[in-house]
Amino acid sequence: MQSITVSSHPSVQYLLRIGDTCLILAQRLAEWCGHAPIVEEDIALTNMALDLVGQARAVLTRAGQLEGELGGAPHDEDQLAFLRDERDFRNCTLVELPRGDFAVTMLRNLAVAIFLELLWQRLEGSSDGELAAIAGKAVKEARYHREHAADWVVRLGDGTEESAARLKAALELLWPYFAEIFEADAVDAEADASRLGPRWADLHDDWRARLTAVLAPAGLSLPAERAFRSTGKSGRHSEHLGYVLAEMQHLQRSFPGGVW
Amino acid sequence: MIDAAFGTPLPAPPLRVAGSSRIEHARAVLATVLDPEVPVVSVVDLGIVRDVGEDGDSLVVVVTPTYSGCPATEVIEASIVAALDEAGLGPTRIRMQRAPAWTSDWISDAGRAKLRDYGIVPPAAVDAVKEAPLRFVPRAVAPLVCPRCASTDTERLAAFGATACKALWRCRSCGEPFEHFKSI
Repeated sequence: MQSITVSSHPSVQYLLRIGDTCLILAQRLAEWCGHAPIVEEDIALTNMALDLVGQARAVLTRAGQLEGELGGAPHDEDQLAFLRDERDFRNCTLVELPRGDFAVTMLRNLAVAIFLELLWQRLEGSSDGELAAIAGKAVKEARYHREHAADWVVRLGDGTEESAARLKAALELLWPYFAEIFEADAVDAEADASRLGPRWADLHDDWRARLTAVLAPAGLSLPAERAFRSTGKSGRHSEHLGYVLAEMQHLQRSFPGGVW
Repeated sequence: MIDAAFGTPLPAPPLRVAGSSRIEHARAVLATVLDPEVPVVSVVDLGIVRDVGEDGDSLVVVVTPTYSGCPATEVIEASIVAALDEAGLGPTRIRMQRAPAWTSDWISDAGRAKLRDYGIVPPAAVDAVKEAPLRFVPRAVAPLVCPRCASTDTERLAAFGATACKALWRCRSCGEPFEHFKSI
């Protein structure tokens, strides 16, 4: 099945960044189904994946409508999820990294949930009424996800020697990928100018303060800034995203238009 | 009529009360459409139905989703259309409205009583939890009253449960697990 070409308009790109970040993290969380250390966490991780898929569906739907409103070809949520190539995905690289162990998964969930909670809060005031409405719902879900992840990060960091070492290793692994979220660029600046949404860079200080406050009782502090920057938001991904998409898109690519 | 979710027969929809309007009759029918995942409360009890109106020949039912990814949403929409068709009130259009976002505060008192009778502790008022400050130590969650034995010696087993809207608890007095409809 041939891939679609998506509008390069900054407003569409901004929405794709949000929708794709939710979608790819959901896909990674869904991998835990049947594999989590205890059944309660199996259920929790897949419940959060479900919330994130719901958010992604709504935001991608809006992105595809906007393409049409801007004079291009509109797309629906399924086309955007299943018929885009890797280079056209706009998620932060962080969420496409392999799920790792439970500590990696929980620390990533914490970092993303704190970020998304701040983002949705600001998007409740978006100039786009539909995006504001999506945010009003999603902010409650992000808050619940953040509480869950924070509980686990403290519990792991303040737990056994083994769990503390795992969490420390998770922070060292993921830390270089956090910075990308807050890298400013033209898409961000345009969203701010059109009141579609905040510059993600403007959320950085609150995000950092909240993350620090959870890591402190977990016995960790934030590492030093690194020069490395991942570039998923502009479509240049790690080697991992292609495998995620191969699994996620396989059915629609092989059986175009197939439905349940 | 067949329940879209389970394939089981549903009770006949309420008949039209003499002198009532199409919309009044539709509201009475909607009060019998049950949530597929908690099949004791209706879509009206849950506060999912925001409005009922007419647009030309069509009934328009405005619904709001409970959770962004709630897989019951589409079943609920199909059930609403089927129930109104069954009552001869169609054609029906469903209009999905996201704002204002659904809150568990919209669950009616009757709905709360039905949840409790079914063994699910209904949600507390959202204001109490909404602006709770960030907490960075494992939190002592305020105990709930066991729906079976009324003991308050209860604990939360998991923040997430069998459906998006519920958490899992247990009672230390009677030893039984129970569900809590999350406040959101």
